[in-house]
Amino acid sequence: MYSEKVMDHFMNPRNVGEIEDASGVGTVGNARCGDIMKVYLKIEDNIIKDAKFKTFGCGAAVATSSMATELVIGKTIEEALKISNKSVAEALDGLPPVKMHCSLLAEESLHAALWDYAKKNNIKIEGLEEPKEDIHEHEEEAGCCNA
Amino acid sequence: MNKIYLDNAATTPVKKEVVEAMLPYFTENFGNPSSVYQLAQINKKAIDEARETIAKCLGANTNEIFFTSGGTEADNWAIKGIAEVSKGKGNHIITSKIEHHAILHTCEYLEKQGYEITYLDVDSEGMVNPEDVKRAIKDTTILITIMYANNEIGTIMPISEIGKIAKEHNIPFHTDAVQAIGQVKIDVKEQNIDLLSLSGHKFNGPKGIGVLYIKRGLKIGTFIHGGAQERGRRAGTENVPGIVGLGKAIELAYEHFDDKVARLTTLRDELIEGLIRSIPYCKLNGHKTDRLPNNVNIGVEFVEGESLLLLLDMNGIAASSGSACTSGSLDPSHVLLALGLPHEKAHGSVRFTLGEQTTKEQIDFVIEKMPPIVQRMREMSPLYEDFLKTNK
Repeated sequence: MYSEKVMDHFMNPRNVGEIEDASGVGTVGNARCGDIMKVYLKIEDNIIKDAKFKTFGCGAAVATSSMATELVIGKTIEEALKISNKSVAEALDGLPPVKMHCSLLAEESLHAALWDYAKKNNIKIEGLEEPKEDIHEHEEEAGCCNA
Repeated sequence: MNKIYLDNAATTPVKKEVVEAMLPYFTENFGNPSSVYQLAQINKKAIDEARETIAKCLGANTNEIFFTSGGTEADNWAIKGIAEVSKGKGNHIITSKIEHHAILHTCEYLEKQGYEITYLDVDSEGMVNPEDVKRAIKDTTILITIMYANNEIGTIMPISEIGKIAKEHNIPFHTDAVQAIGQVKIDVKEQNIDLLSLSGHKFNGPKGIGVLYIKRGLKIGTFIHGGAQERGRRAGTENVPGIVGLGKAIELAYEHFDDKVARLTTLRDELIEGLIRSIPYCKLNGHKTDRLPNNVNIGVEFVEGESLLLLLDMNGIAASSGSACTSGSLDPSHVLLALGLPHEKAHGSVRFTLGEQTTKEQIDFVIEKMPPIVQRMREMSPLYEDFLKTNK
């Protein structure tokens, strides 16, 4: 079902944990739908110095969290904004179609953490929109995760 | 790697004796049982013998056993067949919220055709209350269908009580006994069961073969139309190897029955106690004692089921989960939700179903491997982090 790369990131997730004095923290998803992703970013001089995550979710959710944090470290905020659900999935050699929404969760949690950073520092990040309260809102009618 | 298969409620390996009994019916005894020559008559006899064995195991007569392609067809036939012949009499069917999808989706289909379905609630252990069945009966009720034992949580329903109520009200009573065969003693006459579904591959028989028991005299529509097989009630050339295999498998399933059930029950309870003792914040789903001897379903807080299954698999343990992410539909188990579990707990359930091949060593291995897996997952769970912070 999963690619070797997904299984590698699931079995040996990179950057699990918390950052005590994080510059920005973002949480998306909900327990109802079975996945929550929480991302911590440490940002200095517009560069993402460190990223950590905690995730409650399936194999794809854990692997995309791991990959997204790996991709974002060392990037400028502008570069980080370009990380999309597609690029996370591609970096993992693809995800089963039914699991693509998990990669959306990774993208949105990065955005939520950046939004938190912008808000705390009273700055505006060009191209960043306020994160949705709940990533599953638009999926309610189709059941939870029938993306 | 040492493979430990603990998903016997999904399917079971076919026993060697069963395969051996089936083999001649693929090759030398290939004749169509509907033909007149001797080659066909051998097969006809084999079918009759299997029918007799199955009837004996259920306390039924041989002319009440009808072969189908499996449990799902038997369920469809029972419900749609009764609905069809009850037009003018009524349109109300009573079932429960925790039935298998073969029942639920068939009922939902009929609902769209104008039938009225009552989906009974269950208690927190998954039990249907017979009093609720009684209260739900109307003048228009044409069928009561309640599963014998639940496939996810193993709870065994009060079938005899429900059968009695159905009989008193002269309403046909169907039970989906797919999970119960070989694990529970069934007597259709004593328990007032009018229709019963079973499936071969759940008790070490082949896939693609099942049975609908239909009480003699019960009016039911034909589901599969065609030739005159199964006394004109279920068309299609008989799956002779399958039928022979099912007959052999059910015979073996009821051999040394008490010893087998006692052994499984002991292993089951060891697994339940072992896991609950060694993993904090987890609990048994389903009834503690009115439970299939092979079923263990544990709710593990703060972790997600699919991840848990993947990590168990890495340790050579095959299990299943009520988590959305394992179901294909991506909604968590309707059974666990019906018990009143919140979604996050329904996502974190794991089911182990034991089989005849399960050993004490395997159970001990699971009890040893699972706690560190859960601990590892909790360490990366934001739910667990929140829980620890609020409970400091």
